[in-house]
Amino acid sequence: MAPEAPAKASAVRPRVEAPRPLTRFVRWDVIVTALLIVVFLGGAFGTSDFATSDNLSFALDDLSEIALIALPMTLLVVAAEVDLSVASILGLCSALFGALWDAGWAIQMIIPFILVVGVVAGLINGLLVTRLGLPSLAVTIGTMTLYRGLAYVVLGTKAVAEFPQNYADLATKTVPGTPIPYPFALFILLAIVTAIVLHATGLGRSLFAIGAQEEAAFFAGIRVKRIKLLLFVVSGLVSAFAGAVYTLRYGSARADNGLGLELAVIASVLLGGVDFDGGKGTLGGVIAGVLLIGLLRNLLMLRDVATEIQSIVTGLLLIVSVLTPRIAALVRQARRHPRGATPSASS
Amino acid sequence: MSESPPILALKDVCKAFGAVRALQDVSLELWGGEIHALAGENGAGKSTLVKTLAGVHRPDEGQVLLDGRPVEFHGPGDAQQAGVAVIYQEPTLFPDLSVAENIFMGRQPRSKFGRIDRGALRAETAKLFERLGVALDPDRPARGLSIADQQIVEIAKAISRDARVLIMDEPTAALSGNEVARLFTVARTLQDQGCALLFISHRLEEIFDLCQRVTTLRDGRYISTELLDGLTADDLVQRMVGRELDTLYPKQETTIGAPVLKVSRLTREGVFTDVSFEVRSGEIVALAGLVGAGRSEVARAIFGIDRYDAGSVEVGTVELSGGSPTTAMSAGLALVPEDRRQQGLVMEGSIERNIGLTQLRSLRRGPVISRKVERDRAADWAIRLQLKYGRLSDVVGVLSGGNQQKVVLAKWLSTEPSVLIIDEPTRGIDVGTKSEVHRLLSELAGQGLAVLMISSDLPEVLGMADRVLVMHEGRLTAEIPRDEATEETVMAAATGQTRQEDVSGRASSGQRSAGSEATEVTKEDGALGAREPRSRQRAQGGRA
Repeated sequence: MAPEAPAKASAVRPRVEAPRPLTRFVRWDVIVTALLIVVFLGGAFGTSDFATSDNLSFALDDLSEIALIALPMTLLVVAAEVDLSVASILGLCSALFGALWDAGWAIQMIIPFILVVGVVAGLINGLLVTRLGLPSLAVTIGTMTLYRGLAYVVLGTKAVAEFPQNYADLATKTVPGTPIPYPFALFILLAIVTAIVLHATGLGRSLFAIGAQEEAAFFAGIRVKRIKLLLFVVSGLVSAFAGAVYTLRYGSARADNGLGLELAVIASVLLGGVDFDGGKGTLGGVIAGVLLIGLLRNLLMLRDVATEIQSIVTGLLLIVSVLTPRIAALVRQARRHPRGATPSASS
Repeated sequence: MSESPPILALKDVCKAFGAVRALQDVSLELWGGEIHALAGENGAGKSTLVKTLAGVHRPDEGQVLLDGRPVEFHGPGDAQQAGVAVIYQEPTLFPDLSVAENIFMGRQPRSKFGRIDRGALRAETAKLFERLGVALDPDRPARGLSIADQQIVEIAKAISRDARVLIMDEPTAALSGNEVARLFTVARTLQDQGCALLFISHRLEEIFDLCQRVTTLRDGRYISTELLDGLTADDLVQRMVGRELDTLYPKQETTIGAPVLKVSRLTREGVFTDVSFEVRSGEIVALAGLVGAGRSEVARAIFGIDRYDAGSVEVGTVELSGGSPTTAMSAGLALVPEDRRQQGLVMEGSIERNIGLTQLRSLRRGPVISRKVERDRAADWAIRLQLKYGRLSDVVGVLSGGNQQKVVLAKWLSTEPSVLIIDEPTRGIDVGTKSEVHRLLSELAGQGLAVLMISSDLPEVLGMADRVLVMHEGRLTAEIPRDEATEETVMAAATGQTRQEDVSGRASSGQRSAGSEATEVTKEDGALGAREPRSRQRAQGGRA
């Protein structure tokens, strides 16, 4: 018994040389961050108005809603769900903002109210997904249209403007002494909280488990449905808040505010290395992805590139970010196996 | 046999993957008219050998010989062309096509204008089934076929391509007794028709039942090829593990305490009815029965995975509300599920995270999880269960089946349960790890844990259990104490005969052949079973 055992252990050991998932993501984060630096430097040297404090704070401010919504979206995608209705919730809340302001409500009443609306909208998504077991992609495509439709019911095609200056300032001014606008400062705060939740709490561990193998997570006593419901509610809440930011930033409440924003959000999440099939991703990557998308949009705008081209670029980035990890995996696999085949010698 | 060379042979084959030597100087000869067994623990190189024969891998050194002449398979297609067919544990058929279409996929008989000749297709398929001696409808869609029937379809496909070598890689792991008996009948039919068969199974009794010779591998090395006649199971195990296993079923004597798990009148409509039993602390209770009898479903309902319609579950003094694994866990229940890959583990997660997943709360220091606590706890369990691993941050997917099962056990034992429900504790696990798991279960019971063990492995049931509960078609049909539990009493109850009828009903009833799951099944028994109208076990849920 004794002489055989050590030999066996050593025979088992070398098998374990699989890629460390962690290092893989660090690598992906590094790629996106490197790309971010390249784009930044390229912009700084190639476009004169780019690397100014004013332009950068404008770029960050312009990114506020995408950045904010990207946080709950990251949690959703890690848990293998998605919420496509975020931009419509933003639009609905923006329309409500305008209608209620028109009706004489005070801003400090309007904002809590639309946050509640956001929670309800998220709850509807969440209940449809968890209680009826529908796929979130289908559910939120439906509610995306529904909520946008409601926005038009609320405000029609008109625009409401002229909000009080002190609130508008909150959405556009920078934190004194820094080039960081208030909404983006809030994003930084929330990003830290989200990073801790995702990477250092039991909830975060549960999200990865749900995304990777939902059944196993359920068998391990994780309250899968409750957690998913919570994610959709948070997504609705943050989208509603982004609706208020958007309205005040542009000083204009319209039913079509934020049209198509959900794609930019999902693009930055996927670009940040979160696997659309769930179970993999880091928040650091997502932040890099958000900034990359923001800088690109800003650069294209400064260079007067048509909006059609801008959306083409966003689309291409999305595809590249989904494809790259798969191609990398294929390359890795091809590199790992040819030694086993040794075909060149025999044929 | 000696005049003509073996149909297919390997000679001094070596195969390495990177630094791992999967096969070293392995030889194997497959003769026509013989069923050859391949034995070895997980990781012994069986799969690599099968893949070499099937043309998936090419040997680094050594030769593949077809009819005595060296050949090179450049891919699975070449091997198929040469008449080598492989039947895997879980076949992959096109679910929406008919059985006949699946068999003749890509080679359908044509009529005028190039249309598929449905008549000929059906007739050809019927002929194949007749040759195999099975009754399957060529026109029914493949969807909903049991795994056993799917394997038959794969075999028919192989025969239709004039396969002369049939390799069966753990075909019986998911089959019930009746189905195994039928598969064996088919295998013997092919043997009589001159095919060479290679059979792989973890169940030694099946090897002894079906095969004539056995080749044993250990750690990628060739150990022996010998006739099974005159060999004992212990001999074979010793060749596989290279040492004597202490005892196959190390059952400790324990003092049995108060009831911990009380299940009364539990009913889930259409699945199981009126199931009542108790499990006491320190006791191992086996839940036996045929596949599809509702055993796993009872376990799922107790643990709250599925809801139940009537009855109650009590753990200690707490009555569970049902439908929530979370509350079941906090009451002290743990469930090691049947399907490790889907239910037991997050396959792409690391070892430490999988172990920690059941007690996320207790890993916290303040509001956040302490990686140190997570890692220390995983390391402790890895040592206690003698887990073989590289690093705790490795994904569990790279571990062998036995080591994966240890991770599942660690994950659940670390919740310090008072009741452990374990569904098929050693399915797909090599012999060495199997006895480790058995020893562990026995130890745990000795420490006062109540264990409910679901198992289709009769020797395991008889070896481990203090008491055997038997289910048949959704009902508990018998409760047999350890000293009365024999293969006969358990199988009689599992097949729906009452124990009184057992002795007299045994010889006459064809259903008895379900006992092929047990150690001793004579050839007559198997043949008898195959002639009986087969009770179609429903495919085990459309898991695919």
